[in-house]
Amino acid sequence: MAAANMAVGSGDTAKAVSPAALQRIKAQLALRILTGFAALVSFAIIFLMLFFLIAYAYPAIRFNGLQFLTSPIWNIGNQYGSGVTTRNGFSGPPGASFGALVFIFGSVLSAVCTMVVAVPLSIMVALSLVYRVPRQFRPLTNALVELMAGIPSVVYGLWGLVVLVPWIAGAFGPWVTGHLGFIPFLGGSSGSGNGLLASVFILSLMVIPIMVATTRDVILAQSNAIFEASMALGSSSWQAMTRAVLPSVRAGVVASVLLAFGRAIGETMAVLMVCGAAINTFPQNIFSPINTIAAVIVSQLESALTDSTGMAQRSLAEIAVVLFLITLLINIIARSIMRGADRREGRGAA
Amino acid sequence: MTAANMSEPLHAGTAPSTYISRGWWGLSVACLVAVIGLLFSIFAFVIARGLPALKPSIFVTTTHGIAGGLANAIVGTILLVVIGLVLVIIVGLGTAVWTVEFAPKWGKRVIRFMVDVLAGVPSIVVGYFLYVALVQEAGWGFSLIAGSLALAIFMLPYVVRAADVALTNVPRTMREGAVALGARPAMVVASIDFPYALPGILTGLLVASGIGLGETAPLIYTAGWSNYMPTLAPTHSPVGYLTYVVWTYISQPFEESHQLAYAAAALLMIFVFLTNLLARSFVEYRLNRGRTSR
Repeated sequence: MAAANMAVGSGDTAKAVSPAALQRIKAQLALRILTGFAALVSFAIIFLMLFFLIAYAYPAIRFNGLQFLTSPIWNIGNQYGSGVTTRNGFSGPPGASFGALVFIFGSVLSAVCTMVVAVPLSIMVALSLVYRVPRQFRPLTNALVELMAGIPSVVYGLWGLVVLVPWIAGAFGPWVTGHLGFIPFLGGSSGSGNGLLASVFILSLMVIPIMVATTRDVILAQSNAIFEASMALGSSSWQAMTRAVLPSVRAGVVASVLLAFGRAIGETMAVLMVCGAAINTFPQNIFSPINTIAAVIVSQLESALTDSTGMAQRSLAEIAVVLFLITLLINIIARSIMRGADRREGRGAA
Repeated sequence: MTAANMSEPLHAGTAPSTYISRGWWGLSVACLVAVIGLLFSIFAFVIARGLPALKPSIFVTTTHGIAGGLANAIVGTILLVVIGLVLVIIVGLGTAVWTVEFAPKWGKRVIRFMVDVLAGVPSIVVGYFLYVALVQEAGWGFSLIAGSLALAIFMLPYVVRAADVALTNVPRTMREGAVALGARPAMVVASIDFPYALPGILTGLLVASGIGLGETAPLIYTAGWSNYMPTLAPTHSPVGYLTYVVWTYISQPFEESHQLAYAAAALLMIFVFLTNLLARSFVEYRLNRGRTSR
């Protein structure tokens, strides 16, 4: 704030002689420095996490090499034999193979499928919230959307486990494989209900409120003139909405989709509870068990702790680094798009 | 928005495009109803299963084996969130004050960007980082302080953002008036900024604690789990929390365990609902005050 600088400056020149004033200036300097340190904390956390995890995972990065990204086999090796395997100067259990391909593939697949389901739905919901819900109900719908965004992920997982999974296993799955089995990825066994479909279903429910809220906000922030101009040119209200208003807020919508993707790929508990915890196998159809990076860190840590060389644990850290980098990249892109859109529209970074 | 009341073009009812338009709008309303219905059914499911399981005894007994009560988990959750909040208040408000009061333009941009990026870091990454760094390498073991730190990192962005917005919205004229009367920055912050921004900051704190209450992933390997009441020891003493009960007790093969999981889920929903309601009432308060002062 310029005012703050001015105050310090004027105190400096006019009252530098008075010890009381000197003390006040010192107090202000202290405030500035202390709050500055606080502001550094969020930097420090991000860089510390990144560098610490990379440093901790470094032996695993060397030990696993490219196999980490190309091998679908996660096997912590023989824990009872004697001796160790040494690769690139770092040793792990004999017979160990730390391939994360299944988990990376599962994370990306479930997040992409979630976007395919949730993006159109969220846009539809946001449009009807803005243009079809009567004004007097808006506070209620807004409150509902916010409440949904706040439901803990274990509660989604609980519902998924008790209601959704048995329904997929008992009713929906058999029906789909029976009647629509000729379509690729819909045939075959409908399994236990735990798997890709259940994960995508739950993830969609979790990201829809977030995406609806942001899409609603960017539409409401846009001037109504675009809608009206399009209507005046003779388009129907739907055309005005989808061909004029939506393209005009494209940047905001794209950013919200990316943020939702980041949420979906990093979600742990709900997915862990319904994904089926696949190891060493790729999904065959939409009902197959999958596994994600986030879920595997929780479900594999206990067995990783039995590895006396510590390589399994370091490999989990390597997986965490991959997830961290993916979400970091997505977030940076999304925020840059948002800031860019804000600047273009003269709203300033708020 | 006037659009909702706007009539279709003059040839409404005749042009095929109007029917198409109505069809699409119908579909979008159907999506709205479906999503709200589905989420409402989740809510109803948790309440219907959880409320009968919420017997008074579970508030005073601790968990053991396959069942028991939730006293340890409730106290643990509150402890973790409250200590996390204390850490967040110090760092979060400090960050917001620096960003609004002292930062140069690029500083504001960078801090806001970093805080947004931090908000996007998956909670399990935070949890695993603290597990390796504090629980193992620093040798703290599963502990209250590691768990609170995990929640604090997780809640920080929400608090900074809320405080940032609230402090930025303090009217310039009030600040300038204070400076003109000879107030120093510290005084401006203490007697103008904070009182004015308080409802917004409290809203942010409440939203953050609602989010902290519902977190599991960052706590599993930092707070650990304990069947006993939390000791106040900062390290080497695992702490129980509600979300853990939901996660693990639902996969036990016993009906008593399921009951406990439902009870914990219902409690979580009630807590989240209450913090949400409180946060909204602060927002209303702020809006009303804004209206009367103008």
